[in-house]
Amino acid sequence: MRVGVVTFPGTLDDRDAARAVEYAGAEPVSLWHGSDDLKHVDAVILPGGFSYGDYLRCGAISAKAPIMRSIIIAAEHGFPVLGICNGFQVLAEAHLLPGALTRNADMHFLCTDQQLRIENNQTAWTNGFTSGQEIVIPMKNAEGNFNCDDATLDLLESEGRIIARYVGVNPNGSRAAIAGISNKRGNVVGLMPHPEHAIDLLTGPSKDGLTFFTSLLHSMVN
Amino acid sequence: MGKIVVEVMLKPEILDPQGQAVGNALPRLGFTFATSVRQGKRFEIEVAGEPTPSMLADVERAAEEFLANTVIESFIVKVEK
Repeated sequence: MRVGVVTFPGTLDDRDAARAVEYAGAEPVSLWHGSDDLKHVDAVILPGGFSYGDYLRCGAISAKAPIMRSIIIAAEHGFPVLGICNGFQVLAEAHLLPGALTRNADMHFLCTDQQLRIENNQTAWTNGFTSGQEIVIPMKNAEGNFNCDDATLDLLESEGRIIARYVGVNPNGSRAAIAGISNKRGNVVGLMPHPEHAIDLLTGPSKDGLTFFTSLLHSMVN
Repeated sequence: MGKIVVEVMLKPEILDPQGQAVGNALPRLGFTFATSVRQGKRFEIEVAGEPTPSMLADVERAAEEFLANTVIESFIVKVEK
């Protein structure tokens, strides 16, 4: 299986994302923001970073990149897409996911090992978890405060599209302590914390993050 | 040469910690007039000649699709002399 990892100007975590794909047993394929060629990959990861320097709004300019035109069309047909941190912001700006990620409520850049609870283990990227499983993976952002209107929140809750919530103190003011959401079909997932940094005890606080990537393989095989 | 201005503000219900931080700093500088501060963005777009209605409609569309994120922001488009 081939999993694309997109590099935008200012992307930071593409190498860690590619490494996580490899750890999970798939082949990472580097994709470039300026091309609309998905190189026949089976899924795509939009990694973290500060694409386009967070100019205009986080993810706003990246959401209009040529590669995104292809990803949007593919995603609407069920193609699995995972957006991590800045990648989540890109997915929201591209309207593949609802809501918006805004400035953390206390203005701080957060960098911590964050406890999360997996709320939906039916998506392409979370099916290897048990429902309600608590995990610890790193989180590092200044704009991770998930915002949406009441109607959108009700929809996300009733359709089970909140895939992960922060456990304990809400670190950034996100509505309903939302750390990650999915689209209705469950193929597109956005997550603020970083699973790709938690795949090996040598370099991360846990190996919990690896399950996002092995989940993808599992969902593609079935 | 004409100038079209797009002003973008966070919607009132969206928390604006940047504006709050500015608002909290003002009294420390001796400026006590503010009961609230909200921070926005202003785009100054230069165009050749006087802006036409169709040009303004295009700017409106660019603001809607790109310059503002209407999930959290509102905008106004105006012509400036």
